[in-house]
Amino acid sequence: MTYNYPDSTGHFGQFGGIYMAETLIPAVEELRTQYLRFRDDPEFKAEFAYELKHYVGRPSPIYHAKRLSDDLGGAQIYLKREDLNHTGAHKINNAIGQALLAKRMGKKRVIAETGAGMHGVATATVAARFGMECIVYMGAEDIQRQAPNVFRMKLLGATVVPVESGSRTLKDACNEAIRDWVTNVESTFYIFGTAAGPHPYPMMVRDFQCVIGNEAKVQMPEMIGRQPDAVIACVGGGSNAIGLFYPYIEEKSVQLIGVEAGGHGIASGQHAAPLTANAKVGVLHGNKVYLMQDENGQIIETHSISAGLDYPGVGPEHCLLKDQGRAQYVAINDDEALAAFDALCRFEGIIPALESSHALAHAMKIAPAMGRDKVLLVNLSGRGDKDINTVARLKGITL
Amino acid sequence: MSRIRATFEKLKLDKRKALIPFITAGDPSPQLTVPLLHGLVEAGADVLELGVPFSDPMADGPTIQRASERALKQGMTLRGVLDMVAEFRKQDATTPVVLMGYGNPIEAMGWEVFAKRCKEVGVDGVLTVDFPPEESHDAFEHLQRHGIDPIFLLAPTTDDVRVQRVAKLARGYVYYVSLKGVTGAGNLDLSAIEQKIPQLRKHIKLPIGVGFGIRDAVTALAVAKLCDGVVVGSRIVQEIENSTEQNVVANVGKLVKELRQAVDQA
Repeated sequence: MTYNYPDSTGHFGQFGGIYMAETLIPAVEELRTQYLRFRDDPEFKAEFAYELKHYVGRPSPIYHAKRLSDDLGGAQIYLKREDLNHTGAHKINNAIGQALLAKRMGKKRVIAETGAGMHGVATATVAARFGMECIVYMGAEDIQRQAPNVFRMKLLGATVVPVESGSRTLKDACNEAIRDWVTNVESTFYIFGTAAGPHPYPMMVRDFQCVIGNEAKVQMPEMIGRQPDAVIACVGGGSNAIGLFYPYIEEKSVQLIGVEAGGHGIASGQHAAPLTANAKVGVLHGNKVYLMQDENGQIIETHSISAGLDYPGVGPEHCLLKDQGRAQYVAINDDEALAAFDALCRFEGIIPALESSHALAHAMKIAPAMGRDKVLLVNLSGRGDKDINTVARLKGITL
Repeated sequence: MSRIRATFEKLKLDKRKALIPFITAGDPSPQLTVPLLHGLVEAGADVLELGVPFSDPMADGPTIQRASERALKQGMTLRGVLDMVAEFRKQDATTPVVLMGYGNPIEAMGWEVFAKRCKEVGVDGVLTVDFPPEESHDAFEHLQRHGIDPIFLLAPTTDDVRVQRVAKLARGYVYYVSLKGVTGAGNLDLSAIEQKIPQLRKHIKLPIGVGFGIRDAVTALAVAKLCDGVVVGSRIVQEIENSTEQNVVANVGKLVKELRQAVDQA
């Protein structure tokens, strides 16, 4: 069986779709048409590859976390170093791809939503790089916990708009960005940050992020003579995870493990783990996905230590991979993620993003029970400089 | 004949345009929704659009967002909205009621259960903002089985091909979103509406209501001249927000009467 999703209408099985207000439907259709036109265009591909190499600094290396692995005494942990990308996370891969498309579509104004601020920084960066006006919507709560990234966006010339509605986090920033888009639909390109939203975004973001998995598939045999036993990535919307997983889907010997934000624990209800908690299917932000909601279909507030994972939904392709059993989804709690954050700092001299710390924490959880010949590849999707204020506060330290 | 069709046929005979006010169910409080609906009819409303509050109203501006938040804080649910329509119907068997909102609360209830309950309580039409024709097959099967009209939005960005697609599926009336933006925006462009409506009429045989950005008697009259019905939402919700529980029914009634007089000059 060959895996071939989404279908021509943007569905991944029952998931995905284009659940948008009428005003935006022509915009997503135009986006789909233009993306399909340029996706295989040699000139577009060459320009994307050039930017990834010379601007982002790809390929990102894979690093054997040997001291950490030795300390755990089991499986070997390898890290895909997306944290070494320009701007410090995987988000730039997608932002460049979409900016190149925006340029070809003649859009001079780009907007974005952001949670942790990494996608906002990536969008502000490419907007500066390509000379576009940039507006970033960010929840007021997130603006507080990610202050350094807010300043970075401003330095890069972007306007950061605080969103005060709802839970004042990522989902509300999405709502506000959609409101901007519907108002300025003709002039504006919405650079969506994760592999979710209306078709073609889940497919397009995946395609741009696949560089992660494509590189890993070449790098791992070079390093260890084979593919890893499992690839592990954190999942909020799921863009870094799908970028790593997708090229491995047909490699059945490689286990795919997505790690959601367990917050205070699944049982507490305060988490952001719709897949692990078996949330019901619902519709939000343009797609049908597993969605954290109450019995009346209202979206419930999520909790995670990590702003980038603090989202009630998840991309449609992850929903499908869960249903097919091809990928497994687990949750890591705030305190486990923090412990992994500390461990990577101390054992390897790498400060990971709190988002990526979730993926690492799961690898650290399962590694000890595995043989020393087993290999886990963790996507270190971002660096943790942005999180130092949050971590200090949690440790009771004033900077 | 459906209540919506009967209403528009009568209006056509009388050479009048429809006035279609919108309020959010449960705003300012659940107890006041049914009195407000009766007040709207008394003041001259022809069709009632009743908003089902949703936690993430992406197509709405700040005014209707706040109304949703007020309603949800007081425990408003889709079930509760349907019960309100049942209560309303005890005293009003003729005025059409259209539920307007987002798809997820209905998804959570299940379209079959929802459509059946709509029929039972006397809902006439359903408009789900974030369910375009492409994603609506199952939903509409259930609605149509129970004789509930699916109401569709058309927008300034909708091209001819899509208008034809909507023309095939729509029942009751079609709601033309008069501007690119969220509800309550101020950038109404009358000449653009004037250009677009004849294009829509080539394919749409149903009555066309126009909404978004209609703020007062002057804009209501100007828009009424161009179409079959005027939808007023944010302006009424704003009046509710600025009123007390004691005077809200009277204040909203006064506003809607002014709009009625304006629309009747068209």
